Amino acid sequence: MSELQSAENMVSIKIDGKACQAKEGEYILNAARANDIFIPAICYLTRCSPTLACRICLVEADGKQVYACNAKVKEGMEITVNTPNILEERRAIMEVYDVNHPLQCGVCDQSGECELQNYTLELAVDSQSYAIPDTKRESANWSSVLHYDPGLCIVCERCVTVCKDMIGDAAIKTTKRGGADLDKGYKDTMPKDAYAMWNKLQKSLIAPSNGTDSTNCSDCGECVAVCPVGALVSRDFQYRSNAWDLKRIPATCAHCSSGCQIYYETKPASISDRTEKIYRVTNEFHYVSLCGAGRFGYDFENAVKGKDAEAFAKAVEAFNQAKVINFTSVITNEEALMLQTLKEQKGVKLINREARAFQIFLNFYQAASGNSLYKHDFKDVMASDFVMSVGTSLRNDNPNARYAFNNVQKLNKGAGLYFHPVGDKLVPEFGKSIECFAHQAGHEEAALLLIIDLFADHDKLPSSVKDQLNRESLINMLGGDAEKFGDAFDKMMKKKERFSLIVGEDLYFHEKAENLAKLIAVLEASSDVQVVMIPPKTNSLGVALICDLDDEAEGYTVGYNAPGDFTISALGDGDLDMPAMNQQEGTLTNMNKRVVPTNAAVEYHGYELNDIVREVIGAPKLTIDWTQYLPEAKGFQAVAFDTLPNGYHNDGSENRGYALQITTSEVGEIEVAKFDESISLEGQIAYRCNPQRQFNDFSDKAHQIFEAFALYASPAKAETLGKRVVVEFDNGNLELDVVVDERMEGDIVAIPDFKSAYNIYELFGASRYQKVIIREV
Amino acid sequence: MGLEQFKDRRVGTQNYKKLDLDHAPNCGWCQFKQVVSRTFKPELFVGLWVTFREMINALFRGQMHTTQYPLEKLPISPRYRAIHDMLRLLESGHYRCIGCGLCEKICISNCIAMETRYDENQRKEVSEYTINFGRCIFCGYCAEVCPELAIVHGQRYETASEQRASFSLFEDMLTPIDKLNLQKEYDGFGAVSPNADENIKKTPLAY
Ligand code: SF4
Ligand code: SF4
Ligand code: SF4
Ligand code: SF4
Ligand code: SF4
Ligand code: FES
Repeated sequence: MSELQSAENMVSIKIDGKACQAKEGEYILNAARANDIFIPAICYLTRCSPTLACRICLVEADGKQVYACNAKVKEGMEITVNTPNILEERRAIMEVYDVNHPLQCGVCDQSGECELQNYTLELAVDSQSYAIPDTKRESANWSSVLHYDPGLCIVCERCVTVCKDMIGDAAIKTTKRGGADLDKGYKDTMPKDAYAMWNKLQKSLIAPSNGTDSTNCSDCGECVAVCPVGALVSRDFQYRSNAWDLKRIPATCAHCSSGCQIYYETKPASISDRTEKIYRVTNEFHYVSLCGAGRFGYDFENAVKGKDAEAFAKAVEAFNQAKVINFTSVITNEEALMLQTLKEQKGVKLINREARAFQIFLNFYQAASGNSLYKHDFKDVMASDFVMSVGTSLRNDNPNARYAFNNVQKLNKGAGLYFHPVGDKLVPEFGKSIECFAHQAGHEEAALLLIIDLFADHDKLPSSVKDQLNRESLINMLGGDAEKFGDAFDKMMKKKERFSLIVGEDLYFHEKAENLAKLIAVLEASSDVQVVMIPPKTNSLGVALICDLDDEAEGYTVGYNAPGDFTISALGDGDLDMPAMNQQEGTLTNMNKRVVPTNAAVEYHGYELNDIVREVIGAPKLTIDWTQYLPEAKGFQAVAFDTLPNGYHNDGSENRGYALQITTSEVGEIEVAKFDESISLEGQIAYRCNPQRQFNDFSDKAHQIFEAFALYASPAKAETLGKRVVVEFDNGNLELDVVVDERMEGDIVAIPDFKSAYNIYELFGASRYQKVIIREV
Repeated sequence: MGLEQFKDRRVGTQNYKKLDLDHAPNCGWCQFKQVVSRTFKPELFVGLWVTFREMINALFRGQMHTTQYPLEKLPISPRYRAIHDMLRLLESGHYRCIGCGLCEKICISNCIAMETRYDENQRKEVSEYTINFGRCIFCGYCAEVCPELAIVHGQRYETASEQRASFSLFEDMLTPIDKLNLQKEYDGFGAVSPNADENIKKTPLAY
């Protein structure tokens, strides 16, 4: 949003006499927070819908009592945060929360950062006026990571809300408590809101929504993060450390291209081992939501005792004679720049399959659209009310893309179109207005053409596109029913104003990548659909911008976290050890086109890439001394690492690193090639796709992430395959266990790529879909 | 949260200042001369005489003024703060410590360390607990903050040993289970105040 636009949408309000500016349509609570004014609130989560469970956010607006978390600001509104009546309500509410709450702060994991403790003290509750018989409530493990203690639960419903509105699993819900009824007398003697809130509280608890004992969910742990008390905790962390003993290290998650802001929380490993260890990962859950990999996959550090000078000498030697450097996208911008400098000075070739595919796609896109990068980000997607997705397995590729898709349905009364060959059971559950197209692999062009047909201003379209727009045949081609879709679409479009499109890795690894990039450019030029792209892996965007990557290369190869004749590796299995991402400082470029800093959480005593580069071509003292030399021509800024912030402002805006500059140039009319419907894969198809919570060797190394390197198939498909299979590709075989993914549908099977040792990219080549033969063994 | 702490990368580059001391004797003969001149001064014999006189007085003239330590020991006040004791619950024999970590947090010399875990009985188990007595200043804060009266100061002030570690583990401080009947309620620093009952407010209970 531009400055001008936002200035127009502002209203003036007064909170406790202080003049404030607030966005039109904003909730009072958020407006107050943006202006650094404190209003007590427990159940509200920014970016989720208000549930009115706690009622403590009562304020007086223009003389009327309203709930700050769901009343919107109006021009000229005068708000009072505390009135005698409201203070009485709040105090009663806190007393009610304290009724029968176990006095076990001494052992509780939330102690010290507990909102029940805080508000009890804030409102100076020093006596109790209410009582009710307690109900027996048993604690339970809901999944491999979740532990629920209903005794501590205050039924604020934050966990339920985040799981539904943000994550999309809706795996938990409120259930009957079976507690005693409130004493009738309270109705007349208690403050009104406190009574209503208690009445509801006394009736409910939280339970898995599928009716069983386990949530069977994405195991993202976001419900644990948002729980204001110690009712929901991670099983691994339970009773391991007090919050106040942990040192918080602001960092950036290095598992996927979301590049979420996280805090590694560390303290000494044990009494005898005083080296810092990561105990858990936390996040600013009001502003960013993590996935299971980010939250639980943190202990992937490379424990190195000291510097191995001999191996280092060999590494320098290897770099000196290297013809090729093979690396992955789990690498900082600074390291990418080092490799690029090596290329410039020594002529080595740089190989990084995923980043290269994305780089080529971005080049095609730039040639067609004139923009150096896609213009929008996932904030825009979340603000839209009609979201589409093409070429990405939403549930697996990038958790934040999926959260955005879901959030639009829940919060903006949105609609969605999901185009993907692999059927998914979760996506349609995100909302009522979602249409899914399980089209044939390779038919992504048809999906984009349909979107152009639906949203573009046809007068602005080049003739090469216009000729291809036959809505009915496109819909049929995509496996839809033209008539039904027409009606559904009309309904979906009601009152919709902002449209967004997420595109993913399937388009970059595609025979027709150029044409697809052109279609995206056409769509942007002729409609107001806002397009965002998901970089394939962690820092693929940074690598694609910084490095001049090669397609093929031969000769002596040095592998960095990847196979090679000589390997340097942060996984502990290479010829020379390197620091893992939680042991390094540096920057990453995330999918929101931000250059974000990360800090070292765990000690590292060995050599770094910078040391090798210094020997080979010379380098500054520290890795982060490279930060200011990141290429300005590609949109980076010449700023020192230490000046980069890493947090959020009170209004929720991101205060992390800086945003890449995007340049625009003039381009001529786009000539789009004709879509060739006959190109499609016949027979058994395998899709290169990781299970949820797995992204790379590092997530795999973490002890709480156990999703196997196996063939994933829908329940029906798995039945026909057997337990263990050989998958035959054109250029090699793989033997894998078969694992059922309950949420998959259809015949396509998924084969992960998170273990680099398997060379999956070689097997799949230039496409994410391959024809394979599967035999049971 | 600020990032300042991460920006300080001056590891091992602190500036040390050397004290300006007199020159030490640098040859064998000079050192010998210094020793002799410092040792044989008349004051030495004055001091020896006073000691000898008092010894005779104490041993043979019945003028003893000191306690015959270690044969004899003075009783000490319950408020004395010596090596810590970890108490047990009298009924169950279970250790009182709940692993809340308050002592660890409040410890002014940062010398308490503990490890806790979720045990098979769904309780917080204190799997390790130790005080580094090389650093403890016996301030008593830990005993005062302890909500369970679990950690208290004992009366054991004889702390000469080859290693201080020999009395700093959980099992060293814990009342031996066979001596539970001898465990005394603690009266000292951090104990419940005599008028504690008066300060407690009643909470309505529905059962
Ligand atoms: S772990 Fe994530 S998906 Fe599972 S219940 Fe919690 S919020 Fe929902
Ligand atoms: S488990 Fe936590 S977040 Fe969920 S309702 Fe209970 S207190 Fe609220
Ligand atoms: S893996 Fe991606 S979505 Fe998950 S926490 Fe890390 S950056 Fe965020
Ligand atoms: S007596 Fe003082 S210094 Fe010693 S352990 Fe207790 S709090 Fe720490
Ligand atoms: S304060 Fe008392 S109960 Fe808490 S950990 Fe220390 S000894 Fe145990
Ligand atoms: S925060 Fe508004 S009702 Fe709970």
